[in-house]
Amino acid sequence: MWEYSDKVIDHFLKPRNVGEVENPDGVALVGNIACGDALKLTFKLDDNGRIQEVGFKTFGCASAIASASALTEMIKGMTIEEAAKVTDEDIANYLGGLPKEKIHCSVMGREALEKAIAHYKGESVPGLEGEVICECFGVTKPEIERVVRDHGLKTVEEVTNYTKAGGGCGGCADKIQEIIDQVRAAAKGAPARPKLTNLQKIRLIEETIQREIRPALQQDGGDLELIDVVGNRVLVSTRGACASCAAAQLTLKDFVEAKLKELVTPELRVEEVAP
Amino acid sequence: MTVIYLDNNATTQVDPEVLEAMLPYYHELYGNPSSMHTFGGQVGRKIREAREQVANLLGAAPEEIIFTSCGTESDNTAIRSALATFPDKRHIVTTRVEHPAINALVPRLAKEGYRVTELPVDGQGRLDLFQYDEALTHDTAIVSMMWANNETGVIFPVEKAAAMARNKGILFHTDAVQAVGKIPIDLKQNSVDMLSLSGHKLHAAKGVGALYVRKGTKFSPFLVGGHQEKGRRGGTENVPSLIGLGLACQLAAQRLNEENTKVKALRDKLESELLARIPNSRVNGDRVMRLPNTSNISFEFIEGEAILLMINEMGICASSGSACTSGSLQPSHVLRAMGVPFTMAHGSIRFSLSVSNTEKEIDYVIEKFPLIIEKLRALSPYWEVGAAICATVES
Repeated sequence: MWEYSDKVIDHFLKPRNVGEVENPDGVALVGNIACGDALKLTFKLDDNGRIQEVGFKTFGCASAIASASALTEMIKGMTIEEAAKVTDEDIANYLGGLPKEKIHCSVMGREALEKAIAHYKGESVPGLEGEVICECFGVTKPEIERVVRDHGLKTVEEVTNYTKAGGGCGGCADKIQEIIDQVRAAAKGAPARPKLTNLQKIRLIEETIQREIRPALQQDGGDLELIDVVGNRVLVSTRGACASCAAAQLTLKDFVEAKLKELVTPELRVEEVAP
Repeated sequence: MTVIYLDNNATTQVDPEVLEAMLPYYHELYGNPSSMHTFGGQVGRKIREAREQVANLLGAAPEEIIFTSCGTESDNTAIRSALATFPDKRHIVTTRVEHPAINALVPRLAKEGYRVTELPVDGQGRLDLFQYDEALTHDTAIVSMMWANNETGVIFPVEKAAAMARNKGILFHTDAVQAVGKIPIDLKQNSVDMLSLSGHKLHAAKGVGALYVRKGTKFSPFLVGGHQEKGRRGGTENVPSLIGLGLACQLAAQRLNEENTKVKALRDKLESELLARIPNSRVNGDRVMRLPNTSNISFEFIEGEAILLMINEMGICASSGSACTSGSLQPSHVLRAMGVPFTMAHGSIRFSLSVSNTEKEIDYVIEKFPLIIEKLRALSPYWEVGAAICATVES
């Protein structure tokens, strides 16, 4: 069972501002039913430009309902400019914290708020459209970049907690890691790694195979030989137990390629060739 | 607050008689059954009795029962034993809807170089036996097929499947953790080679299970240690728990009829009343070939965790196949394998009854549950436009 704060349970059992505001100034629907949660937010401004009425409807778990309820309480009485400054962290804090696996519920609240404000202004939400990285949950590259930047995220698991990206089939984990690396490198104001010359790259590949990869394979009775490096394609040939093992392809991708990407450069692709 | 416990596929209450039988072996009769003195030896005699009681429930011989620590250990032992004793065979046949005890083992075996066939199920959670037959090859070391599904209660044709495996000389294991004590099982009458069961699913304690291994089946131990269980499972016996398991098995045999009449009638009443009172709801899984105590119902346009926490406020305990309850972000692998639309899978609730449930409890749930669904649907942005979404997803 999740460890929900008393405030989460309170907002879940007695949600505030449920429903849809009539003739709203701002409307947004984010998420969808296949993903497991969705939030529809509507608000209406008073004559002074303050949020007078706000309503929500949520499809989702207890923390999704509580996050939406909390959001409506928080923004009531705010001007658009004030509301635009509300972050997912503010929502989570208002609720006395959320379990880390449930942070995405507060992120959904912030997204709905942004979209509703954009709708009011007659704009589209700036910068969150883009290449879809996680097909399972329809999460785009800019969305991932933003949470990595805003919250200093370091791992794919953290990104999943914030955006759900990577939480379905897991096929996009590598792409998410690349985005994390890029964002973090950019934040440091320097490229992730110094640009390698071809010669340096080949030397580093040789060294990594010699020092990190072969000893590990040899422990399982296998081995591997570097045949050639063509651009970013690393051509190798497997030996010993690896040569006859059905799992060798997995080893090549999950271990050899991963190690080379980590220690040399993320662009590398490992391919097996006949010896 | 009184608790209405409808989550018996998750775990059951230790029967008071079982608990009473266990207690002396924690404190007064604490001897080690392996010891030479009478003080320990008398415990050994009691374990022998427990082994007979477990064997009797299954139609097995006592020497075919190995006590383990849980269903998961039994499952892992069975698979690993088959692979170790048939080292030339590199193929395993199982299904997509197995319990994690098998389901999570499968990708590991694939990584180790085994070929794995995970049989699909249809929309009702049923297997295609022709497809199963085609999957069996001369390279197949073992079939592992659950007897009854923990989430839907759907019963697989395990006896037929075991006979088909036997015909091809292939070992057959079944995870019968949910089936034992709920439906009749007679291992004298079928070709099952190995069967897993778990104590806490049939009113014994947590942390005890058993693996049936048919006489003559090659076996390789999972836990290597002392000579306990005739060298087939090392480790000092969990004496009180396995004595409790023995008695629980004896009681289960006596209550099998009640399980299939009284419990089934309560389950059927709960199910039909909820379906009648709540629109956009449906049962997941074959309603005929099904455990008598289980009902898995989906309520469209709302999410399972929210339902569970709302009924929790009324003291009603159940489970859900929704993503939010699993710790993962996807709904139950069983419902996905059945192709249950996401609109339905997220709002699935599993009720699992036991002989302790009363008609009064069921009436209370029938009265209160629809109100919860109504409350959550009032919160859902999809409820009003319901029909249209449902049609597009299901087509």
